[in-house]
Amino acid sequence: MKTTEDTSTAGRGGDVRLTGIGKTYGSFTAVHPLDLTVPQGSFFALLGASGCGKTTTLRMIAGLEEPTSGTVHLGDQDVTALPPYKRPVNTVFQSYALFPHLDIFENVAFGLRRRGIRSVKKQVGEMLELVQLGEQARKKPHQLSGGQQQRVAVARALINHPKVLLLDEPLGALDLKLRRQMQLELKRIQTEVGITFVHVTHDQEEAMTMADTVAVMNAGRVEQLGSPADLYENPRTTFVANFLGTSNLIEAEVDSASGGELTLKAGGGKLVLPEARNSAATTTGGRVLVGVRPEKISLTHADDAGEIPGGRNRITGRIADSSFIGVSTQFVVDSPVCAGFEVYVQNIDRDVRLVPGAEVVLHWNPAHTFGLDAGQSLLAGTVGSAGVGTVEEEVAR
Amino acid sequence: MTTVTEAPPPAPAPPEGKPPRRRGRWTPYWLLLPGLLWLVVFFALPVIYQASTSVQTGSLEEGYRVTWHFAAYGDALSEYWPQFVRSVLYAASATVLCLLLGYPLAYLIAFRAGRWRNLIMILVIAPFFTSFLIRTLAWKTILADGGWVVGTLDTLHVLDVTAWLGWTVGDRVLATPLAVVCGLTYNFLPFMILPLYTSLERIDPRLHEAANDLYARPSTTFRKVTFPLSMPGVVSGTLLTFIPATGDYVNADLLGSTDTRMVGNVIQSQFLRILDYPTAAALSFILMAAILFMVTFYIRKSGTEDLV
Repeated sequence: MKTTEDTSTAGRGGDVRLTGIGKTYGSFTAVHPLDLTVPQGSFFALLGASGCGKTTTLRMIAGLEEPTSGTVHLGDQDVTALPPYKRPVNTVFQSYALFPHLDIFENVAFGLRRRGIRSVKKQVGEMLELVQLGEQARKKPHQLSGGQQQRVAVARALINHPKVLLLDEPLGALDLKLRRQMQLELKRIQTEVGITFVHVTHDQEEAMTMADTVAVMNAGRVEQLGSPADLYENPRTTFVANFLGTSNLIEAEVDSASGGELTLKAGGGKLVLPEARNSAATTTGGRVLVGVRPEKISLTHADDAGEIPGGRNRITGRIADSSFIGVSTQFVVDSPVCAGFEVYVQNIDRDVRLVPGAEVVLHWNPAHTFGLDAGQSLLAGTVGSAGVGTVEEEVAR
Repeated sequence: MTTVTEAPPPAPAPPEGKPPRRRGRWTPYWLLLPGLLWLVVFFALPVIYQASTSVQTGSLEEGYRVTWHFAAYGDALSEYWPQFVRSVLYAASATVLCLLLGYPLAYLIAFRAGRWRNLIMILVIAPFFTSFLIRTLAWKTILADGGWVVGTLDTLHVLDVTAWLGWTVGDRVLATPLAVVCGLTYNFLPFMILPLYTSLERIDPRLHEAANDLYARPSTTFRKVTFPLSMPGVVSGTLLTFIPATGDYVNADLLGSTDTRMVGNVIQSQFLRILDYPTAAALSFILMAAILFMVTFYIRKSGTEDLV
């Protein structure tokens, strides 16, 4: 069709640029106006709990949802007003949405035929080979397994060489093992075809495994954007700190600042926080949340406390619980500054004295400490907390 | 016959080693029994009785005897073939009209009606709360000579066109083929809408989005996705309309004239007025065979054997 040819020649850049894009349903704001740029060729993940607005954002890029405000650009072209069938964008739907009356071949050929391409056989054959479904071409979708249907959905979208491939929780319906396999598969395909992928998921591990860049969304806003490692190491909000992996958060007071380091008072002890890793605006005497990831912490029995090298952040406590999971042991430590401190210890040299009830010292390199604004909920982003559950209910209403 | 459910999964094989209990094994047959009895008494036996009637000869005074007089079929067909053709034509026209009127409405109810859905459904079914006969009689008033409907059509010169096509006679609508087809269409419309709605409503709206996403504009989406997926509803709707409409005689009787007699009218008068039972029975069998033949052909053609 003429229109799609027009769009594919306009604008050389395949960047997706969202400018002030927002969506409201009546009085409920699904997506607060946000700006987002997805660079061409990248694997971009929108991560968040259900109802955070990530799927709405994706659907606005696809044209299936009309934004209340803002614009969508693909490269240099403003596609905000274009209907979905005129956008050089294809979607892999959560439920796959394969056409049940068409066989696999015709499902994959659908987009090509709509654009008036007559000889589709070679292309469809190649695409089915890419997703390893060459043998199944004449079967109907319901005759395939979930994983195979998922691959058909990917093939059906990719064959059109869209500028952007949108994936709406494409692995949600698969079991864990298959999901792991498909994550690698999708990553392989993306590297092979070099198309921009925008992937929506609620699974932080999936987002971190696959994506180059992750945008963490919460309650219709982008909380933080960055590479998986950056988000994990330097969360800037408690939501990100808790939603991506596990964080131990301690309320502390700023005692002094010197030489790029903040000295904090927490409980009776002192903690050091590099100023560069503090995202809160702090003044002496002000409050700040101090965070540290469970695997950064070492655990030493109180009897050996003297052996701990100086210059490390230290907290004392008592082991409340421990669970052995093979490569590591996960401890829950109660301490005066923070109940339920989580610590993951690699099982290299196991100390048999570290059992529930034992008095221990937790210590870590101050460089692994991060600081967050104290004005937020400590529990944001944890399971069952506000910001994870309630938004979903709001959408359901 | 026209349910649109998918084929049931194959029954699981009985577990080995443990023979099923006697009572459990017979349960399906007991459940089948009432329906089976009903069919035997009210369908199988009358069919056999009519079959025997159709090959009898004699007169009302002397009584009828089975003489294997198959010529009754040939005679009936040669004498009443115009009524047969007319029945099929009228029923087919009414079915097409029902489809044209019913499809948009069913589509609207399934995809666009939102909270009005139940209300519209009730409106579709509402005519059933009145007797078939009364509704047809009402059409007699609607289409009456000098009524506003006929007056309007006349003013707009629509009647000139329909008269030229042979659908109406002069400036009348009543007692013409058009009136009969209108009556049939009106009376059988719900039988078209309900199966259409059921099959449209089962279509996942995400398929529309997927088609849209894959460069199909709305009209193409309808042609390539929605309509093919609604085929089970189209087939069962057309069958539910066409079959009873072919055998109908009330509409032709109340809204038509002697020139619009359908085969149902012939059978009715042979049975109840002329009391020529063999001819009436033979006509009934020819009609049944003709419908069976057409329906079989239609289902084969539409490629929905697995759905019917």
